[in-house]
Amino acid sequence: MAQQATLEATDAKKIWGGGTSPFGASYGKLMMWFFLISDAFTFSSLLISLGYARHVHADAWPLAEEVFHHFPFLHGVHLPLIYVGLMTFILIISSVTMVLAVDAGHTNNKKGVLFWLGLTVVGGLVFLGSQAWEWYTFIVGEKGAMRLVFEDGQWVEKMIYGANLKYNEYGHTLFANFFFFITGFHGFHVFSGVVFNAIIWYQAYTGVYERRGHYEMVEKTGLYWHFVDLVWVFVFTFFYLI
Amino acid sequence: MEHQETAHAGHSIHRTPEESRAIRKKILFVTAILSIVTIVEVAIGIYFSQSHVGPMTWQLIKWFYIILTLVKAGYIVMVFMHLGDEQKNLRLTILLPILFLIYLIFIMLFEGAVIIQYLESLIK
Repeated sequence: MAQQATLEATDAKKIWGGGTSPFGASYGKLMMWFFLISDAFTFSSLLISLGYARHVHADAWPLAEEVFHHFPFLHGVHLPLIYVGLMTFILIISSVTMVLAVDAGHTNNKKGVLFWLGLTVVGGLVFLGSQAWEWYTFIVGEKGAMRLVFEDGQWVEKMIYGANLKYNEYGHTLFANFFFFITGFHGFHVFSGVVFNAIIWYQAYTGVYERRGHYEMVEKTGLYWHFVDLVWVFVFTFFYLI
Repeated sequence: MEHQETAHAGHSIHRTPEESRAIRKKILFVTAILSIVTIVEVAIGIYFSQSHVGPMTWQLIKWFYIILTLVKAGYIVMVFMHLGDEQKNLRLTILLPILFLIYLIFIMLFEGAVIIQYLESLIK
């Protein structure tokens, strides 16, 4: 059966004639790939416009390691980039557990899928919690800085603590705006990924895929989850490191 | 043959212990690479702050970061997302559109340089 399909597939005339899958992937997986490509363009546009903004406002752009040097429960200790590095590591590990879940799905191992997919959901939640803490620290601020603020019809010099969309203590306004937009958009992706994974976990638990005979849905959400990890790798480099 | 099966029901259910071990080994290998690269990145970020090194060194570090990021991205896409195991036409369909981004980066850098010139001319 399978060999016959290959013979037909190699015949160029018949490849697009129906009954075969010219890309060797199911409809759902193919569409997930195409969605990810469009999503990749959205994120690339955000990151490239970030590069543009900091290129133009290079003199007013803060250094990330001087902004992100906090760590939970360690007050006043200067630990640049450690916390973000930890967040990256959490996301990488949850990506690994996702690979293992997909792999367990390939061998129709229900217990394996439930275990590894469950860990992936937990990893995603831990990442979201870390991000919430990072946003909190960023918004509250620490040292404060003098900024020109427009109040009651005139510009006045005022002490600004932390960050909002108009002013921030760290540097150029766009710095905080890009921080909120890029990490927020990524965080929303993580959140929807956690929701998808939780739904798939529930369906695997109730035996939907066992009856279907394959765990391809795990593979599809797996693609999405790895993509979220991939985006964070780029955000980490272009927002925090460079 | 294999691809036609993947289209319907995932990879083959029957797998020898050696095959399973090889897959586990590959996943572990990629995990190690991703972790080590991240640690190296953070270490460089801590020890070579942009405010302490010269502009030339910073340029080098910047390109080193970008290369490390592309290495990580490559491993995630090719191994974790199994794009390396897909057919060639699917691989190219996904990877070739990325080339458009190079053009976008070029446009934005060019535009940024022009805007900087314009702002400087305003000050003079």
